[in-house]
Amino acid sequence: MNLKAHWRTMRQASWLGWQLEANWTSPWLFLAYSIMKPIAGTLILVVMYLVVLQGVGNNIALFSFMYVGNAFYVFVAQVMLGATSVILEDREHYHTLKQIYIAPISLYAYIIGRTLSKAVIAAIACVITMAFGMVALGVPVQLLQVDYLLLAVAMVIGLACIFMIGIALAGVTFLVAKHSTGINEGIAGMLYLFSGVVYPLSVLPSWGQAVGHLLPTTYWLELVRRALLPNLDISAVSGLGGVSTLEIMAALTVTTIAFFALSAAVFRYADRRARSKGKVDMITSY
Amino acid sequence: MSWLSLNLRAVYGRAYPRVIGVMREISWILFDIFLPLLGIAAFIFYYRAMGAPEVFTGFVIIGGAMTAFWMNVLWSMAAQFYWEKETGNMSLFLIAPMSRMAVLAGMALGGMFLTTIRALSTIVLGFIIFGVSVQAFPVLDLLLIFGLTMVALYGMGMMLSSVYLMYGRGAYNVSALAQEPIYLVSGFYFPVRQLGLLLAGLASIIPITLGLDGIRQVLFGDQGMGFLPVGTEMLILAGLGIVFLVGAKLSLDYMEYLGRREGRLTLRWQ
Repeated sequence: MNLKAHWRTMRQASWLGWQLEANWTSPWLFLAYSIMKPIAGTLILVVMYLVVLQGVGNNIALFSFMYVGNAFYVFVAQVMLGATSVILEDREHYHTLKQIYIAPISLYAYIIGRTLSKAVIAAIACVITMAFGMVALGVPVQLLQVDYLLLAVAMVIGLACIFMIGIALAGVTFLVAKHSTGINEGIAGMLYLFSGVVYPLSVLPSWGQAVGHLLPTTYWLELVRRALLPNLDISAVSGLGGVSTLEIMAALTVTTIAFFALSAAVFRYADRRARSKGKVDMITSY
Repeated sequence: MSWLSLNLRAVYGRAYPRVIGVMREISWILFDIFLPLLGIAAFIFYYRAMGAPEVFTGFVIIGGAMTAFWMNVLWSMAAQFYWEKETGNMSLFLIAPMSRMAVLAGMALGGMFLTTIRALSTIVLGFIIFGVSVQAFPVLDLLLIFGLTMVALYGMGMMLSSVYLMYGRGAYNVSALAQEPIYLVSGFYFPVRQLGLLLAGLASIIPITLGLDGIRQVLFGDQGMGFLPVGTEMLILAGLGIVFLVGAKLSLDYMEYLGRREGRLTLRWQ
């Protein structure tokens, strides 16, 4: 199958995904809906910070570290859970997964396409969360001093990796019931825990830090922070102060390639097992 | 068959598949117990990075464990009627001669089974792993406030489920919205009194707000940073339980009437 056909599948799937996500209400209400969850999630962390440290300015480096990490983590949460919800929705809700399977399209391209709509929503939420942080909470991002090239490269590689993890989880979803969202949330929680999203890796026990150094999301978030906050000594907070930006980029690329291979293997295994166990059209009503 | 035995059988019949469903895939129990701990651990390390007092570790574990109940109420109680409509079971429920409340009570009891296992395991494992120590506490108070919270919370879930007799995807998305914002206003990860009297007072309409606050006070004593005295919280929770259960009955009847009139009870994929 040629690239043009994959592109067409992705385009149509992303349009379908967008309609499923957004056409139940007016665009403005949908926009408010889309940003309310991540803003609330961020505010939980802000309140926790204020409860302990009393004021944002009392440790601005840690606050900015936490805020940026959490704002960009929305991509991980949305894309990963979005990919799994494609399988659940098509299998259990719309009962169309069988038809998708037998259609002459790539299932990969279809899942990526459907998940793209989630990535767009995540991007909107991320931008609004960052704007809120800059205006209302004093997160020191200077728009004229941002390293946009570094940010763009980090985002491209990082998002590619997140999509691949999402596809692996979509594969796992073939094998589980609709209410087993704990698995997806658990994986998202694991990345949140070990990637140092809202705290320095140095807080973790040594084995936890070792796990963190194997995860691409650790390097992706470090690069995003360095690109957005060049004037703040973020690397001292993150514990990656002695590592150059180029080395972190290399680590992101290597770990991303490793996750690509892992994701493909998991998806292929789960797909084959789901077919052999008759789980492609499983409906779990209880 | 008497009215009572009919409805008790309906409760049993609806609870049964949920309990048995869990037993079918034991691995799901492990996933449900261990994986949520990861998210909880992240919040604990966040507090530790800021040098917070150790009692906050206990707050996070209790709050994280209670999210299981909120998720269960949201998705396996309130939104369950949405799934029942989509899979065609709803019309069968409506044709059968038992009370809708009996179906919902069965859902609640069945759902509570796995959720309680998950929450208790989270608390025990969390306390052991992160070394949270608790002084002697009044067990009866703990059981009472937990029980009152569950009655009020699942009563709220029953009431919310009536919305799905009329509405579909829109209501489903509103349920999706009721996670992080509720975690925020109900103080799942910090003492709710930190939000101030007005916001914490408004959030108290959600039973888990006062339930969580009361449980923390019972377990951690003066360090619990309570919003209201535990006795007052119990009284409010008892009141909320009655209001939500009565409200659920009235709301179910009304929404069923509207759904019948507008032909929405069997409407799928809306």
